[in-house]
Amino acid sequence: MSLLEIENLTVEFDTAAGKLRAVDGISLSVEEGEVLAIVGESGSGKSVSMLAVMGLLPWTATVTADRMTFQGRDILNLSPAERRRIAGNDIAMIFQEPVASLNPCFTVGFQIEETLREHTDLDRAARRRRAVELLQSVGVPEPEDRLGAFPHQMSGGQCQRVMIAIALACGPKLLIADEPTTALDVTIQKQILDLLMDLQAKTGMGLILITHDMGVVAETADRVVVQYMGRKMEEADVLSLFEKPKSAYTRALLSALPENAVGDRLPTVSDFAFDDTPYTGART
Amino acid sequence: MSEIVLETREIVRDYHIGGGLFRQGRTIHAVKGVSLKLEKGKTLAIVGESGCGKSTLARMITMIDAPTSGELLIDGEKVDIAKKGLTSELRRKVQIVFQNPYGSLNPRQKIGDVLMEPLIINSNIPVSERRERAMQMLKKVGLAPEHFNRYPHMFSGGQRQRIAIARALMLNPRLLVLDEPVSALDLSVQAQVLNLLADLQDEFGLTFVFISHDLSVVRYIADEVMVMYFGEAVEYGTRDEVFSDPKHDYTKTLFAATPRADVESIRARLAKKAA
Repeated sequence: MSLLEIENLTVEFDTAAGKLRAVDGISLSVEEGEVLAIVGESGSGKSVSMLAVMGLLPWTATVTADRMTFQGRDILNLSPAERRRIAGNDIAMIFQEPVASLNPCFTVGFQIEETLREHTDLDRAARRRRAVELLQSVGVPEPEDRLGAFPHQMSGGQCQRVMIAIALACGPKLLIADEPTTALDVTIQKQILDLLMDLQAKTGMGLILITHDMGVVAETADRVVVQYMGRKMEEADVLSLFEKPKSAYTRALLSALPENAVGDRLPTVSDFAFDDTPYTGART
Repeated sequence: MSEIVLETREIVRDYHIGGGLFRQGRTIHAVKGVSLKLEKGKTLAIVGESGCGKSTLARMITMIDAPTSGELLIDGEKVDIAKKGLTSELRRKVQIVFQNPYGSLNPRQKIGDVLMEPLIINSNIPVSERRERAMQMLKKVGLAPEHFNRYPHMFSGGQRQRIAIARALMLNPRLLVLDEPVSALDLSVQAQVLNLLADLQDEFGLTFVFISHDLSVVRYIADEVMVMYFGEAVEYGTRDEVFSDPKHDYTKTLFAATPRADVESIRARLAKKAA
């Protein structure tokens, strides 16, 4: 049984100009201990489909799916209270802008302990100890002192570490990382990715990594889903994706990498005439 | 012998953090004596992590901030905005494109007005010609005439960056400073904007100062590379020199941290994981 299974997920938004279909019939699954990367341009629906899993979409969104299960349990039609028990506990998510996703009014210690207070029966002292442990495990130096720090007193990379600590507080089975390193420098990006891979290997959780950076995919993923305009174009394990991409869109995306430039010009995705009938291999 | 468009000699910028009743003031040395020379039509890439002073250097080259000490020469002439102020002649020569195209456009200003504003401020070209020039520039950067009367929110990130580039080019600058112009953009859009920049450089004979932390982009676009670390230029040379034989430890770290997207490194990683 897969950890997370999604079949034919569709998300539509009500807008002033009528319905907008952001995600169009996506199916995917994640196993325990697996790193799945979802790649696509902005607007390809990669974040929206994961927000649908977390139930974080605004009321204008209509989510439909043939099946959406987490550990065999339906998570499409949960009551808000049941959903809150799962979100942050069994499934956790970290976002692109670490500084913006922390609350500037509270210390990071408070924000880590908040999750523990919500989901566990630990008393105050135990929560404190656990918070120190967590900060230590994500590589924040002097964790006891840092618990009292506010987000603005830390750098972007440190804030992302705190976000990861919050996400890992309750030992989730699935971690969804939405562009966790896009706002960070390459050297910091490397540290954060190494940390995520390290923690993933240690805890054996499933990890969904949303990104548009092919380099990040190459360095981290086991399996890759390529998304374009809300549809799934391709699904493959990482090696065969880079070796012999099946869909024309993936080929286009790979050749737009600056290091693959031939001569003076970079090929762009629009240079490739690919049919946009989506790849349907896994939907049979 | 080609002409030197930009030269800095031991340029320094300090920021003073004011002390209060109970606190002493501090001085932050953001840029500590950087010297560089750039020929016409070339691209210099400045690489470094956030906080290393690369944007401060860009602001000094663009004459937004005055250097604390050292000399800045544009077209061989010494520029000192702290004493003499900035003339529209100088402003015309150097323009800048910022990282975030969302933040650098006024949401209540139509694209046509965005493009014409530099002309209004820095020249006395009549209205009809301003309009004409703005239209031409729109086409040059790959947008259509019907975009003239639209507002920034109606455009995608890539299009907005094109608008910012068009605005910078309205005054026919000699030198264009690009402060992380593609780091907020997607891979495919990034390729389009990089191509556009290369085309414009050929067409107008532009000189670029390109600030980035993405080494794959730098390798693609730069002629010369400067690596900055804590306000100092720790490595400076042609692209091939720096990429083939990095000398400073920080440069090596930087290269090691850049993700590799080739099949061999994926194989190596998977093999390591299986073991």
